[in-house]
Amino acid sequence: MNISVAEVEHVARLARLELSEAEKNLFAGQMGAILGYVEKLKELDTEGILPTSHAVPMENAFREDAACPSIGIEKALANAPDRVGSFYRVPKVIE
Amino acid sequence: MDTLDQSIHGLHRKLKAKEVSSVEATRAMLSRIEAVDPQIGSFITVTPEQALADAAAADRRIAAGRMDVLTGIPLALKDIFLTEGIRTTCGSRILSNFVPPYSATSWEKLKERGVVLLGKLNQDEFAMGSSNESSAFGTVRNPWDTTRIPGGSSGGSAAAVAARQATATLGTDTGGSIRQPASHCGCVGLKPTYGRVSRYGVIAYASSLDQVGPLTRDVTDSAIMLGALAGHDPKDSTSVATPVPDYTAALTGDIKGLRIGLPREYFIAGLDPDVQASMDQAIQTCRSLGAEFVDISLPHTDYAVATYYLIATAEASSNLARYDGVRFGYRAEGVTGLLDMYTKSRSHGFGAEVKRRIMLGTYALSSGYYDAYYVKAQKVRTLIMQDFIRAFEGVDVILTPVAPTPAFKIGEKVDDPLQMYLSDIFTIPVNLAGTCALSVPAGFSSGGLPIGLQLIGKPFGEETILRAAHAFEQATEWHTRKAVI
Repeated sequence: MNISVAEVEHVARLARLELSEAEKNLFAGQMGAILGYVEKLKELDTEGILPTSHAVPMENAFREDAACPSIGIEKALANAPDRVGSFYRVPKVIE
Repeated sequence: MDTLDQSIHGLHRKLKAKEVSSVEATRAMLSRIEAVDPQIGSFITVTPEQALADAAAADRRIAAGRMDVLTGIPLALKDIFLTEGIRTTCGSRILSNFVPPYSATSWEKLKERGVVLLGKLNQDEFAMGSSNESSAFGTVRNPWDTTRIPGGSSGGSAAAVAARQATATLGTDTGGSIRQPASHCGCVGLKPTYGRVSRYGVIAYASSLDQVGPLTRDVTDSAIMLGALAGHDPKDSTSVATPVPDYTAALTGDIKGLRIGLPREYFIAGLDPDVQASMDQAIQTCRSLGAEFVDISLPHTDYAVATYYLIATAEASSNLARYDGVRFGYRAEGVTGLLDMYTKSRSHGFGAEVKRRIMLGTYALSSGYYDAYYVKAQKVRTLIMQDFIRAFEGVDVILTPVAPTPAFKIGEKVDDPLQMYLSDIFTIPVNLAGTCALSVPAGFSSGGLPIGLQLIGKPFGEETILRAAHAFEQATEWHTRKAVI
């Protein structure tokens, strides 16, 4: 299956990834081969078959709507690359 | 003192009889890790102070008469398990300095039992791999032949057991990542039924497929570990409330009349001759123990790899979206804005295999392709599940090889990802079906490489596969051979 460099760039943008020219070409080839392989699923007639999203039969797992303690601000922000007080600091979100 | 070679139950007996203390056993393990890890690379983080503190606490418990079978036992965890206060990298540069603010439930449960934590084990980055060649912290080498891969993604977990660097370890299995390295390293690896063990605090790869499981020296240890790990967890909404039996009580040694299915799609021409020979011999052994064999068919086997590499990559692309440099992990510097921060952090922080799978998953979920790829794969998943449901109407367990060949050479498949993916053909269907399976040592290749045998059970049928594996193990000596390292 043929995946173009333009398609690779489109998918990379969606995935928030930046690839070098060499990587784009490599991925175009590898993705093409893998996607070509998965085309074999077309051989199967899945008319009327329900998709499985969950391996074991389960329904909604509910709990009481009661407030419980959480890990707290200090622990939550302990790995922050950049923090100010009780906030994560990032580049401007709204231009 | 051969504490290094002991199983959990063997070391427990010695600890209980005060022949050795947990501190002594732990010191021996830490020395062993220091001595051989330069050749193997099992560990990303060794925690000697923590280990000795845990061991001292265990010895106090033992002296006070409050020990159980796991108290004082030196274990190590795949670096995918969050351990509060102890660096957890998931084999990735993007988390190379991440110190979790909370612990995985599986780790909490083992801690309560008084185990000793030796450290965090190497793995393929974000659990994506079958050879432990895609870790940001170096390739792990197979203790039986250090020019070969140990398997993946729980390569460090399997190598550590084989090299006697830990009494037992924890891994995770999404497409075979416990069973395949266990097979390649000659230890027992168990993937429980989906939902049997909590995934809380386990860094997510593919949420409908991931499961936690033990890698151990023998089947009894596997039953002991499963008993400690299994159970409902309110923090994991996908964990089930099915009661946890005493798995060790299932190890009766009796498999007379056990109906074992042999799926014709797994015993194909082109199977490595040593693997075929081990399977043939194992079948004879089981027959001599009174088991009955039934030919079965799992007709959609050939579609499992394609199904998996659409579903798992799609789920991974979603799960790995959180690594954006905002709240934790690597954040790129010198960026031109928010989008650039996300893009550069992820591009610098992720390795090639992770990027490849994120790209595949993103493609499969993208507008215009979602129905043709992702939904189609989910429908084929239903067909694969139905194959197993139908098969289990006539058999109690299913016996198959774990991998088409013994451990391949380092570097052999890195340039051909599709070839690498195809080697997971025997383990992947079990994750898609959500059921349980284990790998147990079943022989060696002519070159001295371990070959494992897979036993697949019904959902929540761990007792049956453990019973079968234990009876087989006790009738053979494969599990007593040790890697010379």
